[in-house]
Amino acid sequence: MTTPPKPGEFYQRDRRWHPPALSQDYKTSVTRSPRLPLISLENTASEITGPVFGHSDIDAGDNDLLSNFAGPGESPIGERIIVHGRVLDENARPVPNTLVEIWQANASGRYRHKKDTYLGALDPNFGGCGRVLTDENGSYHFRTVKPGAYPWRNWVNDWRPAHIHVSVFGSGFAQRLITQLYFEGDPLIARCPIVNTIPDPEAVEMLIARLDMNASIPLDTIAYRFDIVLRGRRSTLFENRLEGN
Amino acid sequence: MGQQLEYLKETPSQTAGPYVHIGLAPGAAGFEIYDQELGWDIAGPNAKGERIRVEGMVADGTGSPVKDVLLEAWQANANGIYAHPEHGGEVEDGFRGWGRVITDFESGEWSFDTVKPGPVTGRNGQMMAPHISLWIVARGINVGLNTRLYFEDEAEANAADPVLGVIEWERRRQTLIARRSERDGQPVYRFDIRLQGGDETVFFDI
Repeated sequence: MTTPPKPGEFYQRDRRWHPPALSQDYKTSVTRSPRLPLISLENTASEITGPVFGHSDIDAGDNDLLSNFAGPGESPIGERIIVHGRVLDENARPVPNTLVEIWQANASGRYRHKKDTYLGALDPNFGGCGRVLTDENGSYHFRTVKPGAYPWRNWVNDWRPAHIHVSVFGSGFAQRLITQLYFEGDPLIARCPIVNTIPDPEAVEMLIARLDMNASIPLDTIAYRFDIVLRGRRSTLFENRLEGN
Repeated sequence: MGQQLEYLKETPSQTAGPYVHIGLAPGAAGFEIYDQELGWDIAGPNAKGERIRVEGMVADGTGSPVKDVLLEAWQANANGIYAHPEHGGEVEDGFRGWGRVITDFESGEWSFDTVKPGPVTGRNGQMMAPHISLWIVARGINVGLNTRLYFEDEAEANAADPVLGVIEWERRRQTLIARRSERDGQPVYRFDIRLQGGDETVFFDI
């Protein structure tokens, strides 16, 4: 029996699938986008490795936004939702034990941030962030409220669709990813200049969480499913050795 | 059409937005929620090697500081070993080699304390000069930007570094070299990142 090949380099990131650095309709990107081409690097140990997190880093209740900031016996206002799914790689293999962090506005579209001055009210029982490690199958879940849409200064009447920011690590620094989760059926998705930085409509579909009645808890909490795909890795079948001599 | 390949596509990136701190550094957003925030101590108390401070600013295309940026650092220890199971060798207890760096919201200045990393074995046994990998996210940055910080006082190792060597313009290589000075007896490296302009920092597609 042969030993399975060791995982090697990450598949190249498809830069035509991701948004370009410069998108004219997302105005802030105009002065914050590099103008020179990225320099392509073959992976080294610096890219293949990345931080490792364990259960001592976080608390078991960190993934419950309904309770992680609420006063005793209190609960935030808004539609109670479960957000769950799996973190996979491009080979469709689960990514276990990886850190998933989320942050979001409350049900009135207001962020608990000293720089957010929107009219929507703060909710004293809602912080707006959570984190969790995926299990051995790459699965994760959060409980939260559905965030509200809110206006932002881009064009004068731009509104962000309801969204949750999602940060994922994977096993190597090359897999590091931040994205946003949107909700099925939201008419603001198609109008959003940030969503529309993504050129391919099929790529946008990957960011829209689906209503998942089977995962909902009757008379309690409604569920959305959101799978996340990180870069996959090549097997070192006939690879140049990355290290050694 | 032939057979189908069954690969999935990577989830596309979206900007971290202006309120990234809520998720990744809630204390900076203005509230306490977690017992411990992650990424504040890169090297830990037991790490060997030279204790250094790294500081800088991220500037946009108008030359103004990007005040809402968040950076993550990833580095080897002083022996050139990463705290990762796939990298052979031990690191000191408490050495993680990863950190989160946020700015002063008024000035846009950031800094972090760590140990200076050692050289790391690169592809095909070629040695890489000491470096810290940086990943930069902010409002207006659609896909996190990857760059590397190298050290001014490692001129010989930098000259032989295979990654710096990929950059054909000597002038652009200089954008990755942090400048060393001393303050109160401690080494301080200055590393300003320019998103656009004549001295645009080199960013990598890793």
